[in-house]
Amino acid sequence: MGKKTAAIVGFSEWKPQKKWPTSMFSLEAMAQLAAETLADAKFEKHEIDGIVIGGVPESPVFAPSAVAEYLNLQTSFNEIVDLGGASPAGMIWRAAAAIEVGVCESVLVLCPGVPSPSYRDAKSKLLPTMIYMGGDAWGSPQSQWEIPVGLVAAVPSYAMAAQRYRAIYGYDEEILAKISVQHRDNAQANPNAIFYGKPITVDDVMISRYVADPIKLLEIVMPCDGGGAMLITSAERATRTPHRPTFVSGYGEFMTHKSITNMPDFLHSPLAAASERAFRMAGMRREEIDLACLYDSFTITVLLAIEGAGFCKPGQGQAFVREHDLRYHGDWPLNTHGGQLSFGQPRLAGGLSHFIEATRQIQGRADARQIAHCDRAFCSGSGGMLSEQIAVILEGA
Amino acid sequence: MMLAYAENGRPLPLVAPISQPFFDAAREQKLLLQKCPRDGFFFYPRSHCPHCLKTDWSWQPARASGKVYSFTIERMGQDPSQRARIPFVIAVVDLDEGVRIIGNIVDCAHEDVRVSMAVNVCFEIIDNMPLTCFRSVSAT
Ligand SMILES: [Zn+2]
Repeated sequence: MGKKTAAIVGFSEWKPQKKWPTSMFSLEAMAQLAAETLADAKFEKHEIDGIVIGGVPESPVFAPSAVAEYLNLQTSFNEIVDLGGASPAGMIWRAAAAIEVGVCESVLVLCPGVPSPSYRDAKSKLLPTMIYMGGDAWGSPQSQWEIPVGLVAAVPSYAMAAQRYRAIYGYDEEILAKISVQHRDNAQANPNAIFYGKPITVDDVMISRYVADPIKLLEIVMPCDGGGAMLITSAERATRTPHRPTFVSGYGEFMTHKSITNMPDFLHSPLAAASERAFRMAGMRREEIDLACLYDSFTITVLLAIEGAGFCKPGQGQAFVREHDLRYHGDWPLNTHGGQLSFGQPRLAGGLSHFIEATRQIQGRADARQIAHCDRAFCSGSGGMLSEQIAVILEGA
Repeated sequence: MMLAYAENGRPLPLVAPISQPFFDAAREQKLLLQKCPRDGFFFYPRSHCPHCLKTDWSWQPARASGKVYSFTIERMGQDPSQRARIPFVIAVVDLDEGVRIIGNIVDCAHEDVRVSMAVNVCFEIIDNMPLTCFRSVSAT
């Protein structure tokens, strides 16, 4: 069983770079990503009747129509998703759901992540808004309670989750370091990864400085520039593409709070409820998953995702990581592209990278890091302060 | 609207009308919390009780004591306006009234801060604006 009505048939992924050499308007980047994705799937532009985006800096309102117009598309499904790092995950399941209910047939998911000239003028305004997670406006709870005491951006919030984990379950810093190291090992088989050719050891992680205790520098994602896109289409159209159709066979989304202060229980992520729904919808058991692609903003995010998704019980994540080899040739492959920790986090495309890698593995296109049998992948998206949690199960035809 | 800043550069709360009684009391080192007759205390200040969405709540004095739920030592200073303060401790505290509140832990060595540590709420006044802080009970 499971929903086999919408499938990923193509994608485009730009090699992350620390600093993109040129700037490009978001609409220009979307046009380029769309062209590459259509070519990959061997689709014609006129077949596209849906778009999902995360925003357009040069046209912040009426954004989907700006994209449709720029690409000269006639679309019956137009969506903008605002779920932070979980946005790409949210874009993918919304596209699949739209296809399932029959409002459209083929949807482009577009995630440019390059510097836009539009940001230049807006920089002084945008930068604080990003740091303050959009909570700096008058009337926002964050502007009254959190920003003044210094709780901004993501690191201290996730650090508080880690600190709580330490107090309740105990915390082996070397096990958390292993998560970073094995992500980096996977990146050594991915020439596109930002840390390709730069392996690290547990000792390297252990001696890196604390940024917000107990999170250390080498346990944090690598922000960079890049971009990614995907084409999702109906089962019928998916049969005539060059690649193995990769069905979006289960999904779930759950959200309980914005700021970490208001997270009901730091150690029980909303991912649990999202994952239950996804597995039930796909008619699948945890043991049937061949590959996990978990949103990895920090090592603690990965640990909580392993538990939240139900691959082990709450509090057993460290034992799970100790017992398993998370590399592409290991017994429990995880983020085989290197994850955002080592592939890089090219802005919104960072959250898409997990889905592109899962698709690549299922379609047998992962080259040196191809895992032996990959039919089913579990992917997660995490936005905000463990706030916006999404689980998606991909399955090869 | 952008944030307001103190003379020393720190960002100050942009007080919404609904929160004004909290800040007025805090300026006198008193903690006021909203209480719903059915659901008990809630925080942060809201127009509607977050449990029943009714508006028949009232402001009540709170004991201002609780336990650290979690904390971190912020060392990066990603917010330029807080950079001069690093390192400092951010903590979330579960108050006896059953609500969670955020602030800085003051007058306590960073390495002595613990989850479950008993603390009292106090307020640091900057430019006549109260900012929530916690002091270890054993230190007072
Ligand atoms: Zn109520």
